Amino acid sequence: MNSTTLRLIANRFGAGILTLLAVSVVIFTITNLLPGDAAQAMLGQESTPELLAALREKFGLDQPAHIRYFHWLGGLLQGDPGVALANGLPVAELIGSRLPNSLTLAAATAAVSVPLALAIGIGTAMVRGSLFDRVVNVATVWVVSVPEFLIATVAVLIFAVKLRWLSALSRADDIATFGEFLRVYAMPVMTLCCVIVAQMARMTRAAVIDQLNSSYVEMARLKGVRPVRMVLTHALPNAVGPIANAVALSLSYLIGGVIIVESIFNYPGIASLMVDSVTMRDMPVVQACAMLFCAGYLVLLTIADVASVLSNPRLRK
Amino acid sequence: MKPTMISSTARRKPRARLPVAGVIGGVIVAFWLVMAVIGPYIAPHDVGGVAGDAVFAPISAEYPLGTDYLGRDMLSRVLHGAPYTIGVALAAVIVASFGGTALALFAAASGGWFDAIVSRIVDVKLSIPSKLLALIMIAAFGSSVPVLILTAGIGYMPGAYRISRALAVNVQAMDYVQAARSRGEGLAYITFYEMLPNMLRPVLADLGLRFLFIVLLLSGMSFLGLGVQPPEADWGSLVRENIIGLSEGAPAVIVPAIAIATLTIAVNMVIDGFAGRKRRGG
Repeated sequence: MNSTTLRLIANRFGAGILTLLAVSVVIFTITNLLPGDAAQAMLGQESTPELLAALREKFGLDQPAHIRYFHWLGGLLQGDPGVALANGLPVAELIGSRLPNSLTLAAATAAVSVPLALAIGIGTAMVRGSLFDRVVNVATVWVVSVPEFLIATVAVLIFAVKLRWLSALSRADDIATFGEFLRVYAMPVMTLCCVIVAQMARMTRAAVIDQLNSSYVEMARLKGVRPVRMVLTHALPNAVGPIANAVALSLSYLIGGVIIVESIFNYPGIASLMVDSVTMRDMPVVQACAMLFCAGYLVLLTIADVASVLSNPRLRK
Repeated sequence: MKPTMISSTARRKPRARLPVAGVIGGVIVAFWLVMAVIGPYIAPHDVGGVAGDAVFAPISAEYPLGTDYLGRDMLSRVLHGAPYTIGVALAAVIVASFGGTALALFAAASGGWFDAIVSRIVDVKLSIPSKLLALIMIAAFGSSVPVLILTAGIGYMPGAYRISRALAVNVQAMDYVQAARSRGEGLAYITFYEMLPNMLRPVLADLGLRFLFIVLLLSGMSFLGLGVQPPEADWGSLVRENIIGLSEGAPAVIVPAIAIATLTIAVNMVIDGFAGRKRRGG
């Protein structure tokens, strides 16, 4: 790790922060384009011009848009993104109570999907062109091209309705034993895994095959190295960067998947909070959740980027 | 004489043969496209017609796909949903791909500050996941068909722009474009007669993929209750409104979801079969 690499990584993080700032401008602009503001929404039918003006002044809504933007951004940075319109609770509190649930779901999904996807990806790359490879190939394409809610409904139909192994609704608050943990998380995690494993396995397979086609592997093959050893000790170390890139990119698909999965299983996480707030048009919550998701997405993209920089000496120049 | 003829046809055959999966996919896609136009007219039952007490009825001769949570014929509901699912996604993909390609051609041709600014904006747009953008847009503007088309169109335009721009930059360096330029042809002629025809195949493959993503996005939104609003329903809303039938194993829940799956998988088969092994990137 020399200074050029460090500078490059610092650059990527700097670019990530700048992008996040730009994203915050986009989110703020979209949510403020329409006339009608939080004060109007809170007063509803009872609004009189005087009340409206007073409330606007209280929230600082009488100020021009760019000042409100900086006010909002400052609040976000200090961990105070405002007050929810629906129930008057601080947004930070709402999110804080649900964030651990979403993170647990994401962590459980990552813990299951990453090893599974790596095994499938490396396995299919080793027996490339075989029946197993082709079946997995077709299966992954099919899984990526169906909606998440089809996978979820089929899973409920099989495991909760027909086999009665699991319950269709998740309640994260009454988990005492590991068995209960499994029962609650099995179906959401399974649904999320389907989407991510397919994506990650494809990219892993491509990364390993890319290495297997290179001339040093050809050389090893000519020396008589056994196929398994060739993949594990020769090709794999060189594929680690692209694979790490693939893992981070695929995990960023979690953000799309989690929105559907939390809603279908009634899981009390921030994605379902955001969907509910969109339905009620509770802007402060929507804005804060959106920023949180975008920040997570950008972190994963930046990690993917850095992984490919670190692993590829040619990118470090 | 005879053996050589056999061997020559045998050698040529794999080249001329149509991809089987691609043709099957094409037939299914064509079927749904036709249904999107004539579906509502050939529906066997009145779409709002309630069939008495037969709520979540199983598959029968009278109701080939069962009935929904109000006892309405599912086949008719699915046929009436086809124009929404397919039509809205088609409109959005046209916005995304045509807009993206046009911007890319213009940016590649003009270069300079326009190119730089558009590329920056696209980078920012790509760092907002499309489902998230859709949620923000619907929160801000409410949900209606024009908003959905615009949201999906804008959401998937940056990807189309990126691919088209990379293609345009490559094609631009070709000798025939240079020749046309030194001949003194105008910018419009070069763009539409020299560059566009040589980019068409990958751009169309990308359009197919984008259509698939948009169908998934819009049905996802409808499934959340944020897409096409009742009384109208696309296939995603059909899954949502019948979700309580899941515990009874009613066909009404699974049929619309399968309709979406047949459409998206068929689109994938067409792309795989006809556009070579071009894979989805992100």
